[in-house]
Amino acid sequence: MRELSLHLLDIAENSISAGASRIEIVLSEDSALDLLQMSIIDNGKGMSKEMIAQVTDPFITSRTTRKVGLGIPLLKAAAEDCNGSLNITSEPGIGTELTVKFQRSHIDRMPIGDLVSTIINLIICNPLIHWIFSYHYNEKNAIFDDEPVKQALGDFPLTEPEILTCIRSMVEETIQEVNPHFSQDIVTIYNQPLRR
Amino acid sequence: MPGIKSLEDLKKAREEALKKRELKAASGTAQVIVGMGTCGIAAGARDAMKAILETIETDAISGVIVTQTGCIGLCEKEPIVQVVIGEQPKVTYGKVTPEVARRIMKEHVTGGKVVESNKINL
Ligand SMILES: Nc1ncnc2c1ncn2[C@@H]1O[C@H](COP(=O)(O)OP(=O)(O)O)[C@@H](O)[C@H]1O
Ligand SMILES: [Mg+2]
Repeated sequence: MRELSLHLLDIAENSISAGASRIEIVLSEDSALDLLQMSIIDNGKGMSKEMIAQVTDPFITSRTTRKVGLGIPLLKAAAEDCNGSLNITSEPGIGTELTVKFQRSHIDRMPIGDLVSTIINLIICNPLIHWIFSYHYNEKNAIFDDEPVKQALGDFPLTEPEILTCIRSMVEETIQEVNPHFSQDIVTIYNQPLRR
Repeated sequence: MPGIKSLEDLKKAREEALKKRELKAASGTAQVIVGMGTCGIAAGARDAMKAILETIETDAISGVIVTQTGCIGLCEKEPIVQVVIGEQPKVTYGKVTPEVARRIMKEHVTGGKVVESNKINL
């Protein structure tokens, strides 16, 4: 997966499977610290210490359809290739926080990619989960909390065409507010040849 | 936080949608499910999802529920999309590119005709 946004979709799926009702995504870019960091914080069923130690090893999964879990080890390897790290803190019955860090300027660091599509996908397909997305870019930051949106809609479905359009522009605005060049970044990155 | 203005826009969009929906005959609800496990995502499930949501917008398709699910153990056929219309049995599609996803929305979800080329027999 050559996009941090695709890994985000994958890691968030773990939180959904863990029965979370609230999932917070925090993305931050800091050029002074040369850091790109992403956290996914959920209130799902959590993991024991032993489980945390095991899930960063590619031969463990609690899924029954296939014997190995790959999502977390893949992201960990990508981070470590860029002078970064992946860390999990969790408490059974309380929730889990996964944080991944990259050296932002590292030549092998994957692009953030199509963040809007990932966020829209998560919000629309999991309407019973309370989603909070916050984006920090150097000294600026913005939050998209889907709670006011759902309150305004009542029980009206998020998948209606007019509503989809509205939510998409809200998410886009949140990102643009903090980083006006975000979409251009995606274009330049997509035009780069794939390394590896 | 979504600003007051965008929330107002949202409420307006909701009112408009409600008006249109009242005019529509009660069509059977359709459910579209996209496999979002690691293999699905790596194979392009998000692009399929994106095409599905965009088709809902461009073709103004109402009354569809779109959800995601984890790995369903058909990794080599990913991206996987399943469609359930009303009481009809679930149809599973494999290798769903954005183009196939658009066809599923137009031909099956809206038109009621299964896209045979990508149907998987489970
Ligand atoms: N947020 C979370 N809450 C609870 N358990 C988790 C969480 N994230 C991961 N896990 C556990 O770690 C396992 C490995 O995750 P992952 O590497 O993504 O592989 P997979 O999801 O394919 O099993 C999961 O099957 C699950 O048991
Ligand atoms: Mg996973």
